[in-house]
Parts: sequence; C-alpha cells; structure tokens
Amino acid sequence: MSAVTRFPARAHGPADRLAGFMAHLRDNGLRVGPGETAAALRGLACVNATDRAEVRAALKALCCGSREEAARFDDLFAAYWQNRGRARQQVVATGAPRAGQRSPFGGPGEAAPGAGRSDRPDGAGGAAQPGEGRLIAARAENLARVDLRALVTPEDVAAAQDAAGRLARALRDRRSRRRKPAPRGARPDLRRVMRAALATGGEPLRLFHRRRPDRPARLVAICDVSGSMAPYARVFLPFLRGLMGSGVETDAYLLHTRLVRITEALADPDHLRAVNRLTLLAEGFGGGTRLGGGLAVFNRGYARRLVTGRSVVMILSDGYDTEAPERLGAELARLRRRGCRIVWLNPLKGWKGYAPVAAGMAAALPHLDHFAAANTLEALAALEPEFRRL
Amino acid sequence: MTWKALQADLASAGYVAADDLAMALHLALSLGRPLLLEGAAGVGKTEVARTLAGLRAARLIRLQCYEGLDAAHAIYEWNYQRQLLAIRARAEAGETGAAVEAQLFSEEYLLARPLLEALRQAEPPVLLIDEIDRADEEFEAYLLEILSEFQITVPELGTIAARARPIVILTSNGTRDLSDALRRRCLYAWVDYPDRAAELAILAARHPELEPQLAAQIVGFVQALRKEGLEKTPGAAETLDFAAALIGLGVNDLTDDPAALEAAMVALLKTRADREAVPPEVVQRLAGRAA
Repeated sequence: MSAVTRFPARAHGPADRLAGFMAHLRDNGLRVGPGETAAALRGLACVNATDRAEVRAALKALCCGSREEAARFDDLFAAYWQNRGRARQQVVATGAPRAGQRSPFGGPGEAAPGAGRSDRPDGAGGAAQPGEGRLIAARAENLARVDLRALVTPEDVAAAQDAAGRLARALRDRRSRRRKPAPRGARPDLRRVMRAALATGGEPLRLFHRRRPDRPARLVAICDVSGSMAPYARVFLPFLRGLMGSGVETDAYLLHTRLVRITEALADPDHLRAVNRLTLLAEGFGGGTRLGGGLAVFNRGYARRLVTGRSVVMILSDGYDTEAPERLGAELARLRRRGCRIVWLNPLKGWKGYAPVAAGMAAALPHLDHFAAANTLEALAALEPEFRRL
Repeated sequence: MTWKALQADLASAGYVAADDLAMALHLALSLGRPLLLEGAAGVGKTEVARTLAGLRAARLIRLQCYEGLDAAHAIYEWNYQRQLLAIRARAEAGETGAAVEAQLFSEEYLLARPLLEALRQAEPPVLLIDEIDRADEEFEAYLLEILSEFQITVPELGTIAARARPIVILTSNGTRDLSDALRRRCLYAWVDYPDRAAELAILAARHPELEPQLAAQIVGFVQALRKEGLEKTPGAAETLDFAAALIGLGVNDLTDDPAALEAAMVALLKTRADREAVPPEVVQRLAGRAA
C-alpha cells in the first residue's frame, strides 16, 4: 500500500486518531458521537488492530447504521487513513476530454460554448428561443463534482419552502374512515374490552381503544439533473429541500446516469451541511440522462419499500433520454402498478408551441396522472390545485 | 476467540458468513451489544441467530414482530386471572386488603413474554427479534431500555435487570426506516446476497450429497436469475429449496430434463409476475449458460 497515513501533529496515540476519524465520519453525515468512539476503542481491542482490513470491517460494524452508510464507509475509511481524500476530488473523465465538459457551473474563466450556460432558467442570459427554457444536450457521463452551494442558497430555500409548504398542505394527510385498535383513541373498543373482561371474571380491568388511523400521503420526488436539466436545478433543489421541511413524508432522488437517494442529505437541519452532503452525492451532475435505467433501479429497489398506493411520485425531467423510449414507458407502467399517482413536471412545457415529441416523453405520457410545466417557483406553486385533486 | 475462529465455527455448523457479518457478530459478542442485521428476505438473517444458539448451546428465544405488537405480547403481562383468584381466596381466608395487595404485584403474578423471558435466563440466551420493521414505531421505544441497559422497568414492581446478558440479534427487511435511537444502540451489518463462492459453500454445507458439478450449475443458474430483475429476487434459502427439489426429482444435470427443471422453478419464482417474466425458454437459456 503506497498511501501513507498522516496525522495532525497534535494527535497523541490511537484514541486521539480515532476521535479524529469519528469527527471525519460526522462531517460526512454519519451519526456517530463520543459513545461510538468509546465503543470503537473497545472494539479495536477485540480485533487485530494492525490489520487494515480487520479494522475497517470492525469500525464498519460499529459506526454504520444503514445500508447507505455501510456502502459509503469503505471510501470514508480510505479517505481518512490512507490519504485518499485528495484523489477522490479529481475529475473522473469519461472518454476524450472536451471543452466545457466539466460542468455548466465551472469557474468564471471556463469557456461556455453553446446556449444554456445561465444557471437560472429565466435569467438575463439572452434567450434565443421564444418562451422560457432552453435545450442543452449532454450524453457523456459527467462525474465531476459540482459545488451546489451556489445553487442552493438559504434565500432560495426560504422562497421555495413557502411554495413547497402550500403543495404539501394540498397533499395533507387524510384520515381513514375505518376505526382500528390503537393504544390511545377517542372511543373504547367495547368488543375487545368485553372479550378481555371474560378472562378477569367479567370485570373490565383493561380498556382498549379504537381510532381512525392517519393515512399520511407520501411524496417521492425524482429530480433529473442531467446536462439538459441542470439550469433548472436552481429551482428544483431548493424546492425539494423546502418539501422536506414541510411535514409531508418526502423521499428525494437525483437522477442522471445513476440514481442517487438524497433524502438523508436534504433532511439535515443544518443548511450548509445539507448542501455539502448533497454536493458529495451529486457526482454526475450535468451529465447524460438514463431515465429508463434510473427508474428501473428505483422500481427494483427503493420503490418496493417506499412507494405505496398512497404515494405521489413526482418526476422533474424534460424527458430527453439517451436510452430506448420503450424502456421508460415500461418502467413507468411498472411503477404505476404499485398504485401510486405519477406527476411529471417538465420545464420545457412552458415553451410556446411545445409538444411532447421527445420520444421518451411521448412514451411516458400514457402512464401519467398529471403532466405540467414547471420551470420557475411560481409555476411549481401554481400546481397546488392539481395536487389537491390527486 | 478471534472473528476468524467464529467464522470457522459458523461454517462448521453449516452457516457461511461473509467477512463483514462475521466481524459484526464477533464484536457484538465481545462488546455485549445488540446486532442489527438488514438485508433482503432469504439471505440468512434469522439463520445466523439459530446457528449461533446451536454453537453456544444457548437457548434461542424468538420474538416475531408484527404490526400492532404491544408490550403485553412482547415484554410482560400481569396474570389477571390468578390475581383475581388470589383476591377471592384470601378474602375467604379473612386477610386484609393491604396484605393482599402487597402480594398481588409480585413476580409470581407476572407472565413473562419473550423479552422478559430472555432477561430471566441464568445462562445467556440468544434473543432473536425478528423483522423489527414490521412492528410499529412505538414498539421500538419499548426496546430501547432493554437493548442499552438490559433491564425492564415494571411500574408496579421496579426494575428487573438481566441475570445474564442475552445475545441480541435484530433483523429487518428494510420495509421501513428504523429510528436513529434504535440504530445507534446496535451494531450494524448489511447481509447481501451471497456471491458465487459463498453460495457454493452454502450448498456444500447444507446439501453435501450434491454432485459438485450440479452444485456449480445450480449456483450459476440462480446467480444469473438474480440479474433478471425479478420482483422477488431469490435468496440463499430459495437456492437451498431449489437444490433440494432437484435432488428430489433425481436431476443430475440442469440441461437434461427441461420438465423437471421447470417443475423445480416453483422453489425460486414466488410471484405470478415473476413466473411470467421467466418463461420456459428463458429457463432453458439460463440453464444452458450455467452448464
């Protein structure tokens, strides 16, 4: 192993180093505290602490709490103990490098060929086409990091929260009409009380209740952040973050050439940390789109446990897909079979004379419950009556 | 005992554990902390607990979680019938109220449910809390005291501490996210579908009578089937059922008898959509490639 571990000069002994590692994990969003540090030190005493693989496996069991964390742990471990942190930030180029491939949000000196370099869909970038929105094509996989701090500012989130809150209220929880047994409830469950009273000689010692259970609506947002959609990220990402804080159970994903779950990162109460975590997850931002493939991954994995008949799946995409449109249609049909409602928000629909001619969009249309334009916050807020109807 | 030794012990008892799982188990045993296992159905989460109990000659106490599971079914309940009988009997004997009352809320009248049962054992038992994700979120809160302090507080009686610290294993299929409070009290391991080598080892351990060539075919077949994007991906348990079915049907080679292979598919495909997604031609193609 050529990588050398370097420690801060003030680190004294293993306990100090491990505390540094825990702080590193904490910075990266794992929920570890002093308790875990103590447990990790005791745990290291039970294994051969000079064997890297053994230590990694041990710390993994001790510090991770979910599959996502376990999957990230190996990278975090290598980044801290093997000084791989620097390497991870390098651009992973795919194919021949070409000008402007890095990202639409690169430094100011970066040449910006083609239209669509504005990071605001309705900015003063001089719209060449009539109406709102522009076309940007990107097929290549772009794994460069994009700093989302400039994209998701607290002001944007505050504005988006308002719109998101209104949408969320439109989706508000409904109550079941049936009454089910519950530990606390408005009415006694007389049948159960009497049944239990039989066992106690006819004396109703234990009271049971029934209540009408809440049927919370769930919102699943899949946000396409491929190159063609990148300008709208400025609208959508704050909107997603606004939704997280709105009281509706929300699950959010980014979709480009891969599908990434960002629920946990978005739900972080600390704004800066949330955006930092998002930045780490957003590798691939502004690359090509694999809508069908991404949805297939979603259907096979997350959808199984998170999408029910009470879910509303919101897809934010322009429908430009690098894969066969049939696949997108098939995956949407499959998702639809879970009983959820599917809302597709397409920023291009705001165009004058827009017709869903993109093959992917045309294939998707028959499976949608609602198809609407959404390129600005105002357009998103205007969806409220539609959501009320769903 | 090192984790390698534990892994070897488990293997000799017929359980093939991946490195991560063996390490997590070893730490859970050494530190006396509960272990949370997550993974798809049929990858051997419950089996770990069973094997471990066999290995340590410990009693296995199992709590199967379900929606609506409450403290009365999981922890303890007062034996109301006995209490009422005692009240009547003592009233006839002429005892006064205070004396009776002091007697009524004692351990004698406590019905132990699995969790209390586990704390009362003299020898450390293996406590398996199965499919915790099926229980309600409120129930997780009941578990917190047991998992961190290994004690149960009965309001009328006081705190009952564990006589011997049980080995606690929780399993979850991930149908909902568990609370952070529960997660941080447990060590964690994700149990994945076994890879080719591991699955061969599992087959060899559970069906030693299987021809090595057929075993390789079965594993190749199932591994290919997992990539087909089924609704219900077959786990290791299904592989074992499938192998048992093939042995029962007297199949020596997957490509020999299409009808028998098709019949044995009932062990692998568990939904109608999956049966339709894998028609006989696809089965034949996969079998041909695995051979």
